[in-house]
Amino acid sequence: MRRHVGLTLGLICLLLALLPVVVGSIWLPHDPNALGGEPYAPPSLRHPMGTDWFGRDLLARVMVGGRASLGVAVLAVVAGGLVGTGLGTLAGSLGGVVDEALMRLADALLAFPALLVALLLRAVWGPGLPGVALALALFNVPFFARLSRAGFVALRSRDFVLAARASGAGEGWIVRHHILPHLASPLLVQATVALGAALLAEAALSYLGLGLQPPDPAWGRMLREAQAAFELSPWPAVFPGAVLALAVLGLNLIGDGLRDLLDPSFRRLTRPRPL
Amino acid sequence: MLGHLLRRVGASALTLVLVAVLVFLAVDVLPGDPARLVVGLEASPEEYQAARERLGLDDPWPTRFGRWVGGVLTGDWGESLRYGRPARELVLGALALTAPLAALALALALVVALPLGLLAARRVGGWMDLATVGFAQLGTALPEFWLGVLLVGLFAVGLRWLPAGGFPGWAAAAPWRYLLLPAVALALPRGAYLARLVRGTVADVLREDYIRAAMAKGVAGWRVLGIHALRNALIPVVTGAGLTLVRLLAGAMVVENVFGLPGLGRLAVVAAGERDLPLLFSIAVVVGALVVLVNLAVDVLYALLDPRIRHP
Repeated sequence: MRRHVGLTLGLICLLLALLPVVVGSIWLPHDPNALGGEPYAPPSLRHPMGTDWFGRDLLARVMVGGRASLGVAVLAVVAGGLVGTGLGTLAGSLGGVVDEALMRLADALLAFPALLVALLLRAVWGPGLPGVALALALFNVPFFARLSRAGFVALRSRDFVLAARASGAGEGWIVRHHILPHLASPLLVQATVALGAALLAEAALSYLGLGLQPPDPAWGRMLREAQAAFELSPWPAVFPGAVLALAVLGLNLIGDGLRDLLDPSFRRLTRPRPL
Repeated sequence: MLGHLLRRVGASALTLVLVAVLVFLAVDVLPGDPARLVVGLEASPEEYQAARERLGLDDPWPTRFGRWVGGVLTGDWGESLRYGRPARELVLGALALTAPLAALALALALVVALPLGLLAARRVGGWMDLATVGFAQLGTALPEFWLGVLLVGLFAVGLRWLPAGGFPGWAAAAPWRYLLLPAVALALPRGAYLARLVRGTVADVLREDYIRAAMAKGVAGWRVLGIHALRNALIPVVTGAGLTLVRLLAGAMVVENVFGLPGLGRLAVVAAGERDLPLLFSIAVVVGALVVLVNLAVDVLYALLDPRIRHP
């Protein structure tokens, strides 16, 4: 039971962070872009998170602001994960020159922080969400490619694969029935952790003015707007960041919990043993 | 040993060439017309054609690629459209701030992570261990730029202990005062990650037989921990520190913008905003090369630390 503490805690954190975003797609306390309220009101019953410079309700803006961030992060991890796993599978099963070329390409991709790719796309395409999503997806490709290729190399010479091959199974059949099912849990763990990283990266890019454009709120950009007026009110700088950190914390805890749950070799670390 | 290193250098050189190719492809393959970006939408057809010729866009692609790689290698990285100065000068000038900032942050992160990780690993499941694991989970979830915003609010705007941002140059009095808050904002999440890594690897090593042997023959506890265990745990930690340096470089580029520091990240954001493609490509190549070189350095250190790789 103690083993699931992290997982449970992670789920609670993630649900708490997602709650405002999910509720926000059904019901909002105020119009997130409505002007004219009292500027920089502290948290109160009417405005639980206070208001920003334009008197806009912060809770409503946090609720709406997470939508784009989460959407882009999920999209980037799913797209990058599918492409990366595909390339890793290709490299692992074909081997030889294809393997070498794909892995060098993955190294080269790893050399570019998502920020640089996003800035390149912003320069060519102009600001907007598609560039941010593509940059984050590209960033995820090499991680999934390396993970699935490493799984291949480790599994290729295992007895059950050799037995399948000896009994005449084709490469494609072996990949589908023997390799990919074994890779499912490490890939799931990687996807969970990658989702947290993508959320952080999306917020950083949005802080820098990339991604969703004003007046629609996004967590990262709300923090930039709040920074300029920290002296007048610290609340706008606290809440969007706290919800973001809670979501990432939850995802990381879930990733670790899943790893412990799915991979027994990690469990021994949690067993106490005094020096 | 030599063969191993030569192979690693060869792979790194190949990766560097691929980095240059990817940046080149970014110009060529992505939809968008660099000449149009340079002259703007209202330019006359003559101005547009002149820009195309000036950028050499009408040449066949092997010519363009050769010119691009040749320029990168000979140090001619083109001229910044916004500043009208050689891109190399601007990029290297900005790197002179970003690199020390990342190095300072790495030093801070290690100073936090090594003792915390060691103390936690000493008694896995103890209160020190729980505190370290909690700090590690919390720390890695915090966005660097948010920490930056909060630190500015607290220590610069609120308490007025440190400047809120900007950088007066290395010649000014106490330039480190301007780097301290950004370095702390960068170091906290990375230090949390490293503390966890140190804890995990040291705890693993402490289960080995040679540690039990050392304890049995009466070696002092601190000596077992600090010398026998740490030395053997160093290999994964060096890899982790290398990865951290790469992450710090990317993180520094964001945090510089929080503190208005004129480093690579600030330059890159301005270049992207102004569509200054030659400058942006120079930054991309420099950052890509730095990442490849840090990874190579990690490989070399790895070989030096692990005799099994040195003498296979």
